[in-house]
Amino acid sequence: MATSQSEVEKLVHREYKHGFVTDIEQETLPPGLDEGVIRTISAFKGEPEFMREWRLSAFRHWQTMSEPSWAHVSYPPLDFQSISYYSAPKTREQIEAEAPKSLDEVDPKLLETYDKLGIPLHERARLAGVAVDAVFDSVSVATTYKDKLSEHGIIFCSFSEAVREHPELVRKYLGTVVPPGDNFYASLNSAVFSDGSFVFVPKGVRCPMELSTYFRINASNTGQFERTLIVAEEGAYVSYLEGCTAPMRDENQLHAAVVELVALEGAEIKYSTVQNWYPGDEEGRGGIYNFVTKRGECRGDNSKIAWTQVEAGSAITWKYPSCVLKGDNSVGEFYSVAVGNNCQQIDSGTKMIHIGRNTRSTIISKGISAGRANNAYRGLVKVLPTAKGARNYTQCDSLLMGDQCGAHTYPYIEVREPSAQVEHEATTSKIGDDQIFYLLQRGLSEEDAVNMIVSGFCKEVFSELPMEFAVEAQALLAVTLEGAVG
Amino acid sequence: MLKITDLHAEVDGKPILKGLNLEVGSGEVHAIMGPNGSGKSTLCQVLAGRDGYQVTSGSVSFEGQDLLAMAPEIRAREGLLLAFQYPVEIPGVKNVYLLKAAYNAQREHRGEPEVDAFEFLQLLRERTRIMKMDESFLHRGVNEGFSGGEKKRNEILQMLVLEPKLALLDETDSGLDIDALKVVSEGVNTLRGEDRSVVLVTHYQRLLDHIVPDFVHVLSDGRIIKSGDKSLALELEANGYQNVVEAA
Repeated sequence: MATSQSEVEKLVHREYKHGFVTDIEQETLPPGLDEGVIRTISAFKGEPEFMREWRLSAFRHWQTMSEPSWAHVSYPPLDFQSISYYSAPKTREQIEAEAPKSLDEVDPKLLETYDKLGIPLHERARLAGVAVDAVFDSVSVATTYKDKLSEHGIIFCSFSEAVREHPELVRKYLGTVVPPGDNFYASLNSAVFSDGSFVFVPKGVRCPMELSTYFRINASNTGQFERTLIVAEEGAYVSYLEGCTAPMRDENQLHAAVVELVALEGAEIKYSTVQNWYPGDEEGRGGIYNFVTKRGECRGDNSKIAWTQVEAGSAITWKYPSCVLKGDNSVGEFYSVAVGNNCQQIDSGTKMIHIGRNTRSTIISKGISAGRANNAYRGLVKVLPTAKGARNYTQCDSLLMGDQCGAHTYPYIEVREPSAQVEHEATTSKIGDDQIFYLLQRGLSEEDAVNMIVSGFCKEVFSELPMEFAVEAQALLAVTLEGAVG
Repeated sequence: MLKITDLHAEVDGKPILKGLNLEVGSGEVHAIMGPNGSGKSTLCQVLAGRDGYQVTSGSVSFEGQDLLAMAPEIRAREGLLLAFQYPVEIPGVKNVYLLKAAYNAQREHRGEPEVDAFEFLQLLRERTRIMKMDESFLHRGVNEGFSGGEKKRNEILQMLVLEPKLALLDETDSGLDIDALKVVSEGVNTLRGEDRSVVLVTHYQRLLDHIVPDFVHVLSDGRIIKSGDKSLALELEANGYQNVVEAA
């Protein structure tokens, strides 16, 4: 029977199923970073002066900073001068002049790529009623359902377009949640961000569909620096889905995205992620470094921000989607499944900063480690003296598969308000041979048995995902853990 | 149905079964009794194919096939079900979900299409009623937070749904109160039929008041030392194992 260690090794040796490179002409800046590069990026994108200056001041700040080293991850030092900071499919002129108005105008090869990934853009968009703003490498190439959204006054476009078309909104909100000097990678992103998504839901509007972006890193040796900004005005609601997958390659790829969410009074933002970037080979070589800053601010009273994430890919994940609960009675939620196999390293968690009165936060974190992966939960619950009656509930569960992986939990709790209630529960368990045998004895295959046990473990998180995403997430988990039985 | 010939098996290098012979015909109910440590549970685990239970010699044929050559999941799909002595919890996995997956795995093995969701639910409801279980059980995590008695009932519910050709009940009666014992027995009796066989492993004769066996065997030190009809169980109850063991 296949529960022995050697069997685990054998089964864990699977190939990354989404490993291929699309052959599309790239326009790429030579490697290196200085003010000139930043001015070039800004000029390429035809940005207004404020944007350029914002980038430059972030860059100057970044130069004074050093890489954080506190995370439970290890990797060779990064050479930021060896990274190319801009890459666009085809040429800039083509993108500027011929930005596709519909899917018919999108490069068929790109659509083919989506098909390989099992993301039939057209079908998904039309049948499922999902508007997809597809970020291919650094420039958005397809936006659908824009018209329908604009009927409601909703803006959903690439970040570049937002800078051009809605500079006043970008200027008003950009960097107000994650300031340009927030941390090393956020500063770098602020200086060189390539593109990303912008969502604006006006007062009182409930976004009629899930908004979805599929990210894809496709240019060799190109760092990708996405910038996403979502603003929900008073009483507005939006659910945003982000899913990613990447082609196989040898060089390490740095990915340092920034996501900012702003919820005004009574607004609600749901942000869901399924992340499946290339994790590297069995030794972890060549995988994506995913150093991401995600933060939401419940700026108004009675507002709510919920992060749901399924993190399955990347060689290293360094990511703490957080909520700043400023408004009274505001609610922050974090539901996470982080799964690591082979040599993947994950240091992830959340920060809940309670500022307003009666603010509430929930943290449900599920970490799964297989192979030689290391999985750390790092979470901060901070209750400021202003947050009378604040409450937090944290549940942090780790599941181990095999005996060569690691799970670590680093909870930080800072409470400066005596009326606050903070609860923390943590468990660590191993997938038991007895559980697997029980299911085998009911006729399930070993893989189905493991998938079933893992899905059960993650249920509380999956149930927070939008339906189709939950199905995808379950499939992704199955692929990631294929045969990793311990 | 089942023919065990001179079966030797060990756990961690320690011999437990030492030349066990047993033949179970179609439609028969056999009870295996014996003192602690005689190898009753080991026999169940070996038949179900649990890792770590090494068969060193002997053979087992199940419906004419070499059972020991089959992977555990194939044994299950071929119609061998073990009702566990200590059913494990699988948190977050709904009972109904497991039942459906198991049912379909069996159907697929037989080359049949997946069961229609509606039909399956009908079947489940009916079986749940036999076990006097509330339907809400179907939507709870597999054995999650179940009492000992509920877990045992759940095992029999799975048996009723999967309708095995051969059911092995490993001390299903232990930890049951008298009412639960009746329900569980009813469940087993419902399954009895010409083409289905049951092997009961038990310490106590009281289960055999409810599920009347065709044969009773005494297992001691890894071998069956005495076989008889249901009166043997009464004799054991009255005089203990010692006499039988010594006589053998």
